Formats: sequence, structure tokens, C-alpha cells
Amino acid sequence: MIPLSYWLVLGALLFCISVAGIFINRKNVIVLLMAIELMLLSVNMNFIAFSRYLDDMAGQVFVFFILTVAAAEAAIGLAILVVLFRARSTINVAELDTLRG
Amino acid sequence: MIENWSSLIPLLPEVFLLGMICVILIAGLYIDEKRRGIIHFLAILTLALTAVLTLRHFAVGQRYTALGGMFVRDGVGDILKLFVYLSTAIVFVYAKHWLRANKLFSPEFYVLALFAVLGMCILISGGNLLTIYLGLELMALSSYAMVALNRDSPVAAESAMKYFVLGALASGLLLYGMSILYGLTGSLDITLIAKALESGRQPEVAVAFAVVFVVVGIGFKFGAVPFHMWVPDVYHGAPTAVTLFLASAPKLAAVGMAFRLLAEGLEPMVKDWAQMLGFLAMMSLVVGNLAAIAQTNLKRMLAYSTISHVGFILLGILAGSEQGYAAAMFYAITYALMTTAAFGMIIALSHSGFEAERIEDFKGLNQRQPWLAFLMLLVMASLGGFPPLVGFFSKLYVLQAAINAGWLWLAIVAVVMAVVGAYYYLRVIKVMYFDEPDREHQIQAPGDVRVVLAANGLLQLFLTLFVGSLTALCVAAWQ
Amino acid sequence: MITESLLLTIALAPLVGAIIAGLFGRQVGRAGAHTVTILGVAVSTALSLYVLKLIALDGHPDVNLSVYTWFEIGSIKAEVGFLVDPLTAVMMSVVTSVSLMVHIYTIGYMHEDPGYQRFFAYISLFTFSMLMLVMSNNFMQLFFGWEAVGLVSYLLIGFWYKRPTAIFANLKAFLVNRVGDFGFLLGIGLVLAYLGSLDYATVFQKAPELVGQTFNPWGTVEWAVPTLICLLLFVGAMGKSAQVPLHVWLPDSMEGPTPISALIHAATMVTAGIFMVARMSPLYELSEVALSTILVIGSITALFMGFIGIVQNDIKRVVAYSTLSQLGYMTVALGASAYSAAIFHLMTHAFFKALLFLGAGSVIIAMHHEQDLRRMGGLRKYMPITFATAWIGTLALMGFPGTSGFYSKDAILYAVGAADRPGATFAYVCLMIGVAVTAFYSFRMLYLAFHGQERFGHDDHGHGHDDHHGHDDHGHGHGDHKPHETPWVVTLPLILLAIPSLAIGYFTAGPLLFGDFFGSAIHLAEGREPLAAMAEHFGHGPLAFALHGFVTAPVWLALAGAGLATYIYLFNPALADKAKSALAPIHRLLERKYGFDELYQAVFAKGSVLLGRVFWRAGDQTVIDGLMVNGSAALVDRFAHAVRRLQSGFLYHYAFMMILGLIVIVGAFALLK
Repeated sequence: MIPLSYWLVLGALLFCISVAGIFINRKNVIVLLMAIELMLLSVNMNFIAFSRYLDDMAGQVFVFFILTVAAAEAAIGLAILVVLFRARSTINVAELDTLRG
Repeated sequence: MIENWSSLIPLLPEVFLLGMICVILIAGLYIDEKRRGIIHFLAILTLALTAVLTLRHFAVGQRYTALGGMFVRDGVGDILKLFVYLSTAIVFVYAKHWLRANKLFSPEFYVLALFAVLGMCILISGGNLLTIYLGLELMALSSYAMVALNRDSPVAAESAMKYFVLGALASGLLLYGMSILYGLTGSLDITLIAKALESGRQPEVAVAFAVVFVVVGIGFKFGAVPFHMWVPDVYHGAPTAVTLFLASAPKLAAVGMAFRLLAEGLEPMVKDWAQMLGFLAMMSLVVGNLAAIAQTNLKRMLAYSTISHVGFILLGILAGSEQGYAAAMFYAITYALMTTAAFGMIIALSHSGFEAERIEDFKGLNQRQPWLAFLMLLVMASLGGFPPLVGFFSKLYVLQAAINAGWLWLAIVAVVMAVVGAYYYLRVIKVMYFDEPDREHQIQAPGDVRVVLAANGLLQLFLTLFVGSLTALCVAAWQ
Repeated sequence: MITESLLLTIALAPLVGAIIAGLFGRQVGRAGAHTVTILGVAVSTALSLYVLKLIALDGHPDVNLSVYTWFEIGSIKAEVGFLVDPLTAVMMSVVTSVSLMVHIYTIGYMHEDPGYQRFFAYISLFTFSMLMLVMSNNFMQLFFGWEAVGLVSYLLIGFWYKRPTAIFANLKAFLVNRVGDFGFLLGIGLVLAYLGSLDYATVFQKAPELVGQTFNPWGTVEWAVPTLICLLLFVGAMGKSAQVPLHVWLPDSMEGPTPISALIHAATMVTAGIFMVARMSPLYELSEVALSTILVIGSITALFMGFIGIVQNDIKRVVAYSTLSQLGYMTVALGASAYSAAIFHLMTHAFFKALLFLGAGSVIIAMHHEQDLRRMGGLRKYMPITFATAWIGTLALMGFPGTSGFYSKDAILYAVGAADRPGATFAYVCLMIGVAVTAFYSFRMLYLAFHGQERFGHDDHGHGHDDHHGHDDHGHGHGDHKPHETPWVVTLPLILLAIPSLAIGYFTAGPLLFGDFFGSAIHLAEGREPLAAMAEHFGHGPLAFALHGFVTAPVWLALAGAGLATYIYLFNPALADKAKSALAPIHRLLERKYGFDELYQAVFAKGSVLLGRVFWRAGDQTVIDGLMVNGSAALVDRFAHAVRRLQSGFLYHYAFMMILGLIVIVGAFALLK
């Protein structure tokens, strides 16, 4: 059986990749949404691994809820993206700087 | 799981709230624009009835659970919820005027706000990491949508996007912390987590690691430095009615969340998270107050002032004692009531095509509208913590709790920064009273806004008289 | 029965009136405003007198109840509570009855003023605050009442806020009182620190523990705690009761409308300091040093302020200096441990001084807001009622046997004569001379205003005289028509005040001074009987005592003073000018009020302006302006801008900050663990 630590390291790696995606990406807002999805999935990986090793179903139930919320989050995110594009005609992250100071 | 229906009674206010939201959502489809006032009325009625239902089984001194411990009713939660309802109702009164003037008066605002309130209630009552997460997300997702309510505004869309991305990042961090906690303790239930941590069998470093992530999630909801970056932009960019909402009730929910996660779930780790909160509180006090001085936009200034007030709330929580929690709760409640009045003032002075959001828009207000200027004076002085207004007492209690818990240096920082902070509140007062007005202050606010605003402003004075009872209530909630 | 609701009604009735008149002044109108405030104060007065009757005649036990717990912070408990004992009952009755008279009088005095409703709201608010002060059963409420009466007093001194002199006087009163309040607050803080409570009963009970305790501020210096507490509290009393050297604000406070001068700056608020010391007698009895200090300061005030009264030409200022001098008498009584004599004099003084002030106000109305005594004279035939009542007031003030002032002043003189603490002889001499001085200046005023030639109506008076004190000027000019008696709303209070001025001493001297009237309210150290000497003579009743007065020195001194004034101002007016030029240096000294104002102006005002300028340079110009405009070198400024720069507007910076925060916290823990 694959040891728990492997799963955790994988989760952590996915998490780091997603976090890096959020602050390194300076181009497209859609990439941000993808990074957020990835982050939630990495957490799911953690939960499932723990659930399996603890032999406790609650973790997997949590995962289902996270997946649902992620869907809702993506919906809202895309809706805001549409509004943003309508109002600004751009979805470039580097151009979102009218509010500052 | 559900033995019988009566076990759901503690849930009644939330179930009722959900039902009414659905009613309002559907009614919104069929009510034409001229009669939208009905929605407004229904929304306030909903809050009032929910408050009545909450009061019927008022849980001060008791603890009910439902859904197998996932949902908890206790004094702390109920008091916070009541003030969530109250501040939201005040927000609705102010918001109607602003939304009308800006042609945004739509059922969506009310439905989203009520969903957010529902999320707050679930968050405040969450006895399980799952319910806490769901409540948090319900609140957050509704808030993101509300910020983007004005679809034609570029700044609103920008701030909504920032809020969304950072909020998602924060909830991702929180979730990551939760997953580690789950792995360490084998449970999602708050009380079981606390029990498992009590035994001290978990590797200390791993627990501390999880605590950091949880604290970050909470810090983001509060808007504590360095997780505060969304606050000024969102406050500034969001429609004023939405800013008003975001500034008040969610702070109470964040306090509830901190109580559930830190004071209950991570109670055995109090030493660790108190130090982290100490760092956040210090940074918030310093950054919030200093950055506020340099602002010319009142909404932005109030955003930074929020950050500094968050520092005070954290100061109470990190005391880690019942006295500290009660003080933090008292602070959050009074702060919510102050901040509604401050934004209410912006709304009262705004009218279609004009937004009184710059500090210089308040120039010479005393000469044109002495009564409003006086109310604003009360609110600013209370925010600044001048005796004998209620803001002074809330600071006093928090500081005392922090000092009792051995955080003297932080209390000194807080006092020094409060003195610095007094400057920018005084500047608003100075502008109102000593500068010459450079424009007419047209007041088009309807009667209900004026009455509620007057009550809200005078509350800063009257609450002072009842400081004893209110704090006694907050203390009682913790026993 | 004295119940909580009864006491609450007494305190709150004026507040209700003040709120209605103040917030709804426009709606209720002028008549509404004065009706409702007078009604409120009348209710208070009636109930206060009822309480006095219960306490004084029916032997009702003292009442000490707390009404409301405001807040508790740790061991500090802030409560609103009432302590009603004979001392409180007397004060309540004096405050409410004088206030009622002043309310009625105000109808006549202010009837042309645009701020009519505001004025009534203020004086009712004042009455409320003063009642809260005297009825308090703890230091916290005392302090709040203390500040509240001060606040209303400043508001009223600056009532005519368009006059620069009024604003200046207002500022002066405020600043001087801050000095006093600072001491007062420190005193209260020490009480809390050493006795752990703010409640009177607890503090007084524990007070003896203080004996022998010392406080060492630095090195080997040691101060006795009771003395320190008493002196600090007395600094507060000096500010409020205008004792030298904190007296400078009171004469200037005459810029306020005359009813205020009568109510606040003569009868009630300025006596709060006296009341406070009497209330704290269990503390003061512990410190000989403090009592000696009080004795000396009081006697200096009593004599030297009286001297200034001689050279004043403004009718209100004469009365103001006489108030200062009389406050000095009360203070001396406190210093001689004759607290009951101080309170007794406080009471009689409240009546006759209110009477004199209101009489002066009546003259001012009749003279169309002329306050200069040199332009009055011969008024007696135009305003007989004012004239008669002014005579009564003057006789009471000089202590003519039989009048109320006679009994109270004699009590003080006896007590000081019998006192044996350091400074008592000095005080006795000062007070004896003071008696003659008092009689002299009060008769001078009487003669200049009511007797002699009519000096008004000539057009030679411009405003260019050396005397540029503010006049009660409502903006209407000086007509040449004859003065006339004032309306009944003005004269009625005069008559009603004249009665107690004349008679109250006769009836109350016995019980108040020698009976066990004050009971436990006033505490005397073991074996102290300051009034024993007087009791001996008083044995045959007040009438016999008054007759006996004619063979004692004070009365003859007073008569001598009065006689001299009569000779100079009635028969030989030229002599006054001759005396003035003969004694020019002294006259100048008195006219400049010993130079206190100049000194304070030079040292404190200039100093603070200088300090302010430094702060302005350092603070405003560099920090604030720099911060606002162009980022100077100031640290705060740099920081604020750094923070602003951090808020770059870029999403990825924000996210990076969050992650950085996370890493910092994790890193800190990794290092610490």
C-alpha cells in the first residue's frame, strides 16, 4: 500500500503549484480560476487520503461538499469574469489596478 | 441521524430564514419595478421574525445541538446572530435609498444579503468543520456577487474579482488547515477535535502548522494585516450599499468563526494561536491606523479604520480568557453598530449622480446640516474611542482583557495607535465644523433613513449608559 | 420615606425640562421652554424641601442607595447612587431653591435674547448636574457632576459667543479649571489606589488606615498619603471655588448673563469645592498640614480679593470679588475644621449673594445694560423694590447683627479664633480686616448705585472709558429715558430671596451649628469642637446672640467699614478721588488685581503659545503637512506611504502578501519550536 506521506506530499505539491499559479500568473484571470480549482482539489486529495487511512467516512463526505462548493465558486467566478470583461474589455490581471493606495 | 423532528427545533430560525429567502426570490420575479418596496419590507420582516424565533429559544446559559452536533446553539452564537439581524436590518434601510438613487434597486440585493446572513448564522453555529466551511462559503459567495451588483461599474467588477480570487485563496488555505486537523485528530467535530488535541498525542509541529492555516483563514475574513489587502479595494470599489453591508455583519460572523475554531476547537493550542493573533493584531493596528491617515476617500479611510478595529477585536480574542472573548464580542457588536452609522452618513448625503465618499464632501456640513454633522461627530468620536462614547468602553474592555492576559506590550501598541488613529477621525470632524462649505448639502434621504440614522448615531451615546448591561450579557454568554 | 423614585424625580425633573427646552425649543416656543423648565425645577425644589423636612425635622435616617451599576472593570465599579444625609439635604434645598428663583428671574432678564430656549435648557441642565454632584454617593459620580457643572458653566460664560471678551473669559475658565481638575483627578486616583474603592461609605470607613502611610515619589522623599490626597483634592476645590491662585477665571466669568452669575458663579457651582471638602471631612481630619494650607489659602483669598472689590467700577465685578472673598471665608472655616460653619455660610451666602447678583441684574436692566457704577446713582426713587432688597442683601453680606450673614460669619470667626493650628492667627487677622473691607465695598456699591447724584442720562459717556469690561449688551442702545422698576418676574425672586437673606440665620443657626444636625455626615477628629466658644454665647438663643453681637469686634469693624463708606461716598464724594491719588500705587496694584492676569498671561499663555508653535512646527508642519502633501522625512509619513505603496492594486501582489504572511508565521513557529 502506498504510504500516507506520499499522498500528503502530492497534495502539498498540488497546493503549492496552485498558490504559485495565483501570484505568479500576470496574464489571464481564467488561469486564476483554474489555480483555485486546483487548490481545492489538492485539499480533496488530503481529505481522501486521511479518510482512507483513518478509515473514517467523514472526510470523503467533506470532499463531496468541497466539490459542490467548488462548482458554485466557479460559477460565481465566471460570472464576475463576464461582468469584468463587459466593463473593462480586458481580463488581463496586470491591468486590474485602478483601485490602490 | 435524525431521530425525530423535534431535534431540529434549534435550527428553526435558519430554516425559516431559508424558506423566506426562497419566497423573496420567487416574489422578486413577479413583482414589477414600481412595487419593489414590498421586497424591502419582506426582507426586514424576515429578519425581525428570525430574530423572534431566535429569541424564543434564546440559548444564553444553554447549549442545544442539532444534526448530530454539526449545528450548535449557544449564548455566544445567539447574541451574535441577533446583532447580525439588527445590523442587516439597519443596512437594508440605508441601502434602499442608495439603491433607488443609483437605479440598482432589485430583489437580488436582498436575496444575496439574506443568503449571506444565512451563511453567517450557519458559520456562527457551526459545530463541525464542514458546517463552518459551508457557512463561510455561503456568506463569501453571496458577498462576491453583491460586490459585482452594479454590472456597469468597472471598479466594482475589479474589486469583485480581487475579492473573489483572494477569498478563494483564503478559503483554500483554511481548507488545507482543516484537512490537516482532520488527519491529526480523525474527526471533523469541533468538540472531538478539542478533546483529541487535549491528549497531546499529535506531533506538535504538525498541529502548529494546521493552526497557522486556520488562523490565516480567520485573519482573511477579519481583514487582518497581512491578509487585509482586499479590504480597502473592496470597500472602495463596491457599491456603497454593499460596502455598508460588508463592513458590519460579516465582522460579527468572523468573530463567531474565531470563537468556534480557536476558542472551542483549538482551545488546547491557545498559546500558539494567541501568538499568531498577536502578530496579526499588532500589524493590523499599525498598518490600519497609519494608512488611514493618508486617505482622502472616506470609504477607503473607513476600510483602513476597520483594519485597525480588527486589531482591537483580535486583542480581545488572543487574551484567550472568557473576559477577553466577551470583550471581543462586545467590541465587534459596538463596532458593527458604529460602522453602519458611518456608512449610513455617506448614503444620507449621497443622491442620484453624486456620491459623498470623499472627506472633502463633508466640508462645512455643520453650517448646512448641523444635526447630521452632530451625528457624524458622535460616530467619528465613538470610532476614535473618545470617552464617554461607547467606542471608548469597548476599547477599554479589550485592553483590560489583554493586559490581564499578560499582553501589556501589545496593549501599549494599541493605545499608541489609537491615539494616532484619533487624528484621522478628528480630521473628519474638523472638516465638518471648521471648513467652509464649497457646495450645497442636498439631503434627499427619506424619513426612514433619517430616523434610523439619528437612532444609530445617538446609540453611540445611549449605549454608554447601558455599557454595564451589555457587557454583562456578553460575559453571561460565555458562562 | 425617602425612596429611590423620589430621589430620581428630584434629579431628573430638571433634566427632562432641559431636554425638552433644548432639543424641542423651536416646537415648544419661548413660553413652553420656560414653563417646562420652571415646572421641572419647581418639582425638584418642592421635593428637596420635603426631603430636608424628613431629614431635619422627622429624624429620617440617612439614605445610601445605588441606583444603577454603570459598568464594572475589574475591581473598579462605576455606579450611579445617592447618598442623602443632612449635608446633602441642605445642599439640595439651596441649589434647587436658588435655581428656581433664577429660572423665574430669567424670564424677565433674557426676554429679548434670541437664545432664550437654549438658555433655559442650559440652566436646567446645570441644575441637574449640580444635583447629581451633591447627591452622589461615590467619587466617580462626583467627578462626572463636577465636570458637567463645569461644562455648562463654560457654555454659559460663552453664551454670547459673538463677543470676543466672552470667548476669552470662557477659555480662561476652561483652562484654569483644567489645572484644578487635574489635581482633583489625581486625588481621586490616589483614593482608589490606596483604599481600593470609589464608594464614599467604604472610603470613609477605611480612611483611618491611611494614617502613617507614605508615598515616595523619588529617592528618599516621603509624603504622607492623607495629606497628599487631601491637598490634591483641594486643588480641585481651588479651581472650582476660585481660591487664590486659581481665582482668575471667576471675575471674567461675569461675561455671562447675570442670572448665570447669580446661580453658577455665586450661589451653587463655585461652592461645590466647599461642599466637596466638607463631604470629605473624614479624610481631611486626618491631615493637619492640609487643613493649615486650606486655612491660609482661604484667608488670603478672603482678604485680598475683598481689597480688589473696593476699586471695581463694574457693578457685577464688585459682587464677583465679594463672592471670591466670601468663598475665602468658607474655605477658612473648612481649614478650621468648622465644616458645619462653612456649610452654614455657604447656605446663607447662596441666598444673599444670589439676591445681590439678581439685584445688580435688575439695575442693569433698568439702566439698559449699563454696568458702570460711575454712571448710576440715585436709583432708589426709580426702583424701590430693588433698592430695598439690595439693602437687605448688603446688610446680610456685611454681617449686621440679626441677618443671616451675621450668624454664619460670626460662626466662622469664632471657629478661627479658637483654632490652634498653624496659620490660624494669620487667618483670624485677615478675616477681621476682611469684615471691615467687606462692609466698605458693599456700602460703596450701594451708595454709588442707589444714592447720591444721578449720573446717568448724560450723553458724555461713550465707550471710550478706561473700563472696557463687557456689558450685558443685547444690541440695543442707551436710551436717555429714565430707569424704571423692573417687571414682577424680576422683583419677585428678589423679594423671595430677601426673606431668607434676612431671616434664615435666625432660625437655623442654632440647630445647624450646635445641634447634632449633620450627624455622621461631617466627621470631626476626636476632641475637636471648633464652635465651642460660640456655643457658650449662643446659649441664650439667636436674639440674645445678635444683641451680644453689638459688643463684639467684628460688628464694630463692619460698622466702621460701613461708616467710612457712608462718609466718603454719601457725604464727601471728592474724598474718594483724593484718596485715589494719594494712594495711587496701591490703587494701581488693586486695579491690576495684583498682576495675576499679567503673570499668567506672561508665563502660561505665552509659554503655551510658544510650546504650541514648537509643536506646530514639529507636528503639524512636518508630520501632518508632510504626510498629506509631499512626503517629508518623518517616519510616520514614510511608513504610511510605504503601506500605501504596498497596496499596489495588483492582485498578484495581494496574493503574494498573503502567502508571505503565511510563510512568516510558519517560519517563526518553525524557528521557535
